[in-house]
Parts: sequence; structure tokens; C-alpha cells
Amino acid sequence: MGLELYLDLLSQPCRAIYIFAKKNGIPFQLRTVELLKGQHLSDAFAQVNPLKKVPALKDGDFTLSESVAILLYLFHKYKVPDYWYPQDLQARARVDEYLAWQHTALRRNCLRALWHKVMLPVVMGEQISSELLAATLAELDVTLQVLEDKFLQDKAFLVGPQISLADLVAITELMHPVGAGCQVFEGRPKLAAWYRRVEAAVGEDLFREAHEVILKVKDTPPADPTVKQKLMPGVLAMIR
Amino acid sequence: MGLELYLDLLSQPCRAVYIFAKKNGIPFQLRTVELLKGQHYTDSFAQVNSLRKVPALKDGDFTLAESVAILLYLSRKYKTPDHWYPQDLRARARVDEYLSWQHTALRSCCTRALWQKMMFPVVLGQPVPQETLSSTLADLDSCLQLLEDRFLRDQDFITGSQISVADLMAIEELMHPVGAGCQVFENRPKLAKWRQRVEAVVGEDLFREAHAVILKVKDTPPLDPAVKENLLHSVRSLLQ
Repeated sequence: MGLELYLDLLSQPCRAIYIFAKKNGIPFQLRTVELLKGQHLSDAFAQVNPLKKVPALKDGDFTLSESVAILLYLFHKYKVPDYWYPQDLQARARVDEYLAWQHTALRRNCLRALWHKVMLPVVMGEQISSELLAATLAELDVTLQVLEDKFLQDKAFLVGPQISLADLVAITELMHPVGAGCQVFEGRPKLAAWYRRVEAAVGEDLFREAHEVILKVKDTPPADPTVKQKLMPGVLAMIR
Repeated sequence: MGLELYLDLLSQPCRAVYIFAKKNGIPFQLRTVELLKGQHYTDSFAQVNSLRKVPALKDGDFTLAESVAILLYLSRKYKTPDHWYPQDLRARARVDEYLSWQHTALRSCCTRALWQKMMFPVVLGQPVPQETLSSTLADLDSCLQLLEDRFLRDQDFITGSQISVADLMAIEELMHPVGAGCQVFENRPKLAKWRQRVEAVVGEDLFREAHAVILKVKDTPPLDPAVKENLLHSVRSLLQ
């Protein structure tokens, strides 16, 4: 059994890994783990990742969780082009800096935007006050400003003239509020231009394929009550 | 001007960076940024890190934020012994996995434990509801269990038989609730033995030096009222 990637394209980090593996022609078996059906909570999946989260990787007898770790593992193992994680000391440090920052910043705010705007009210039937939603979207806005001012600045891509893991992780985050109907790029021409460059570098077809699920997320039917009960504790912990 | 490290040993990631640099004989100028006095909000520090956080690094005209990025930069630039961030694909992946997981797991509960048990009530004179503190300590307990079961397991260190930057980051998180008076290692012999091993490798003197601030945090002298007001405002999210 070769490389297996356990993914749900509903999840931002899963999309980044999917795109990276496909773009670089890394051969893998896709193991879909449907989060909204609670498949990540199964005993079988716990064998792959006892933290019960996606993405997860299985390579022979080696299992690995955490998208950043998985991206770096794939980068090192499959000898993909250098620009994804440049050898240059300072350029590589910039990628590391972004990948570290995003956990508690963009990741958090994009997750909350999707869940407060769509997933909780529409799928889980949980009311979200307009003040909470407004506060969440305001925080997202602040984070987008940091993304532009500190990370992107006047460069073509986050770290320099070429795409890197940082751009992949960032763009897949932004597609979360986009899927929720937030006009993330409106009034942000710099980010919009960067988005188009990233999409072109990834390739339109692959980009569209990776984002099919999130772009239809508003059409997700309401969750079955038993499933909802299973999922809610994890959801609440995830978006706190 | 050579390497400058902007640190406050009150902060967990700052301690990890401090220990790593000292242990590896990396020459640097220590620039202390006192968080309790709001020194991270000055315009001059914003030139070093526009995110207004510590740790931060300045190496000539290159500035870098994020402890994980800083540790990796130092390990590469100063060619520290391999075990700190191993070349081996799988061992390195384990370090990356830990460094990624900890941002939203151990970091969060250890920071809240210190602030809710010690900083707010004792240093800032702001009481914290019992349920809030209990909930935080319960989260801490779960995280410690994950640290033992998922990352440390039956190994001497997080990646296996040798210490890595993952162990430094982890031990520094645990010293936070220790500074607050939490008996983190009591009833956890596995963690207690790991702590002894980490301390032995780091060296008792350096370990003691790095922890002088956190272990005396309850003796922090009263803050100037204006400073205290600003501080309370900036850390209010830690009351959750």
C-alpha cells in the first residue's frame, strides 16, 4: 500500500494538501473522511490519527497528522520544486513564519467565519446572534489586513516572486469565508490580484476541483440530530 | 550589529528560544521586552515585529517573528547538532507535527492556566470565576494526557531517543502552569521523568536561569495603574 491521504475537502488544510500532492504529481490513494457524517470519529480512523482530525497521512506503517507537518514531509520525500519551501535561509524562514502565525490567526478566523455564517445556523440549526457574527467578520477583516500588510506587502506571492507552501495554506483558508458568501476580496485589490496569481500558478482546473465542496457548502442539508449531537462538542472546541 | 533576540522570559516560546541559543553557544544580544510593562507595544519594537509579539529576531536587517520559525532559522544558520531538528524524514516529521499541534493545544491551555490562576487574581488583583479556572485546568489536564499518550509515548523524548526543539517548546509550556503553582508533574511519573531528562540535557544552571522569571511570577511588584489598565485590556481574551 503506497501513500494514503485521509482528507475531506470541506477542510482548509486538506485542500492545501490535495492541491500540493496533485500539482506535484505525487501518487497517492485518496481516503475521503466525511466530517459532516462524523467519519473522523470512527475507531478505524483513530488508527490513522488518534487525534481524530483531518488531514492525516499514512505511508506504509508511518502515520502523520497536522497539515504543516504533512506538507513538509511530502516536500522532502518527493523532491518537488524548491520554490515551495526554498533552500535560501531567509526565504524558508519567511515560509515558516507564515505557517506558524496562521494557526491562531487566519485559520481561526476563517473557520469561525464559515461556522458562524453558514455551518452552525444552516447545517446545525444553531442560532448565531448578529453581534457574534459581526464580531467574527470584524476579526477576519483585521487578519486580512495583517495578511496584506505584514506578509504579502508588494510582493507577487507571500514570501517572494514565486508561490510557496505559505500561499497554498493561505488561499485555502480564504476560500472558507468565500464559500460562506463573504466578499473577502472586495475592496482588497492587492489580495484579489494575489489570489488570481495563486490560482494561475496552481492551475484553474485543479483549483476548481479542490474547491468544489467548499463552494457548494451553503447547499449542505441540515444535519441529522444524532449526527449533530456527535459533532457539536468537537465543533465548539474547534471554533472557540 | 550581530544577532539580536527580543525576549521576555515570562513568555513560554521566549524561554525555548533563549535555552536553544544559549545551549548551542549562539552569540546574541538579548533585548528584553517587558510584556507586563507593555514594551511590546512601542513603535520601536514594532519596527522589529509589526505583530507586536515576542519572541522576535533581528539579524542585520532581517527580522523574524514566530518562535518556531526562529528556532528553525537558528538551527540552520548556526548548524546546531542534528538531533535538535533531525534530517531524518520521519523524525523531522514528528518534530513538525508537535510544533504544529502545540499552537492551538498546549500553548492555549498553559497560557490560560497561568493567567487565570496567577496573573489575573494575584498580580493584577482581578478575580477569576471558579468555573472558568476549573474548565481551564480540565483542558490543561486533557492536553497533558495527549502530550503523554500521543507525543511522548514510551520514548525518552518527543521524537524518540534524543532531545529536539519539540521537547524545548513542550517543557516551556509546562513551566507556565508550574509558575502558577499547578502540580503538573504530580501523578504523572512519565512526564516527570521526561522533565528530568530534558533538564539534564539542557543543564541545571541554564534551566534555572531560563526559569528565574516564571518561577517568581507571584512576586511581581504592583504595576503602575495606567500600565495595569492597558495590560488588563490587552489580555481580556485570556479570561475565557
